[in-house]
Amino acid sequence: MIRVCPLADLARGEAKRLDLDPAVAIFHTEDGEVLAIDDTCTHQDASLADGWLEGCEVECPLHSSKFDLRTGQVDAPPAKRPVRTHQVTITDGDIYLTIASEQPNAPAGVDVEAGP
Amino acid sequence: MKAVAVVGGSLAGLSAARALRKQGFDGSVTIVSDETRPPYDRPPLSKSFLAGATTEGEIALLGDGEDLGAAWRTGVTATRLDPRGRRVELSDGTALAVDGLVIATGARPRRPWPRMPAGVDVLRTLDDALGLRARLVPGARLVVVGAGFIGAEVASTAHGLGVEVTVIEAAPTPLSGPLGIDIGAVVSALHADHGVRLLSGVGVAGLVGAAQIEGVELTDGRTVAADAVLLGVGVQPNVEWLTGSGLPLTGGVQCDSYGATGIPNVVAVGDCATWYDRELGAYHRIEHWTAARERGAIAVSSLLSGGTVRVEGRPPYFWSDQYGCTLQVAGHTSGAESATVEEGSVQDRDFLAVYRRGGEPVAVVALGHSRSFMRWRKQLARRAVSVPPSALSR
Repeated sequence: MIRVCPLADLARGEAKRLDLDPAVAIFHTEDGEVLAIDDTCTHQDASLADGWLEGCEVECPLHSSKFDLRTGQVDAPPAKRPVRTHQVTITDGDIYLTIASEQPNAPAGVDVEAGP
Repeated sequence: MKAVAVVGGSLAGLSAARALRKQGFDGSVTIVSDETRPPYDRPPLSKSFLAGATTEGEIALLGDGEDLGAAWRTGVTATRLDPRGRRVELSDGTALAVDGLVIATGARPRRPWPRMPAGVDVLRTLDDALGLRARLVPGARLVVVGAGFIGAEVASTAHGLGVEVTVIEAAPTPLSGPLGIDIGAVVSALHADHGVRLLSGVGVAGLVGAAQIEGVELTDGRTVAADAVLLGVGVQPNVEWLTGSGLPLTGGVQCDSYGATGIPNVVAVGDCATWYDRELGAYHRIEHWTAARERGAIAVSSLLSGGTVRVEGRPPYFWSDQYGCTLQVAGHTSGAESATVEEGSVQDRDFLAVYRRGGEPVAVVALGHSRSFMRWRKQLARRAVSVPPSALSR
């Protein structure tokens, strides 16, 4: 489990990119949920933390595929494969992250190792 | 409403069909497509698919096992709409009786010459891409006519395949129409950076070659030798079949800002439709992927609610991948009074520029800088919704 930051440091509607290998994006939705997925779009090397957050979906900043932050599923091409979702817990006002154990779906041309 | 026909089976039509189901329509949906292939995504046709790096399966628009509960009529076109919008006649002699219609018949590439030698292609369909790909062999000479997005992307892909590329553009700089002249200069520099020859400010007088293309004759008297020619000189909306329906068709199927046409229960979306844009105060036809993708749901909301539910769209957005760079554009650059580079530098081909009118941002253009670009794009969207519809004409 990784301690990320105090919940108070991540405002609603904002996202944070964690420089892990592979990188992880943590979102604080407008409804107050904190959710984490792999940061790299499964289509091309783009940071989903830079994407358009709406409800519990984030739209890739480059080509507009939308990923469900709860399930990791993608709604429509160009991305076709889901991103991994990671478990987030809030303890004593801090955000903690547990990296999923399955293999990430990295886009072509981006090499990533499996989670730590 | 019990039976809806969606005429057009590509991104706009498919997005509308998905929206029908998502918004709870449980009647019959019939999708009419002139293609015999399942729907596919077009942006890769000028890029990874053209390069042979992406397969047909990878650009399929339908998800694995996705079921829209729709009847597909493929390989046929709609030929007539009765003026009350209740009957759509098809090219195979049959007709669909409907009480709701989504027009999504798209657009087709302009072909300036009625007869063209072999080796001259346009790029719209997957078959077009396969035909063009077969000509893009190392050492071949490709002339791209028109340095818009299709032309520039094909030039970039062909260059990557070892093809000798010349781009011919009638305007002084490429994309000076859609983007404004300064950014157009950057895009022309991208060609030059990669050794692609760009001849701008010169038109095409004619094609040389009887059976097989041999070259392109320019208006200044020069001739450029060619083994293949790609025409990227714009598209025209597929609306001829609607003649006599009573729908105004100037510049596309004219719609209000929510996709509704003048005929009740008939909406139009995608490249064939020109929606009234309140920001511009004019009808505006958008030929980009994002509009086809997003506006289906807006038009379907109008259709299913009889026009009482009005979903606001986002400012237009599109991207273009060229030479390993992603150009992103949001908002309307036309009508802007100024453009300032806010980040990076144009010379470095790494910048973010904001277009303003009356001091207000109306568009943002970026090469790289996708994080800041998204912030600006959201700001444009906030501004768009903050303008109350009642404060605007129409």
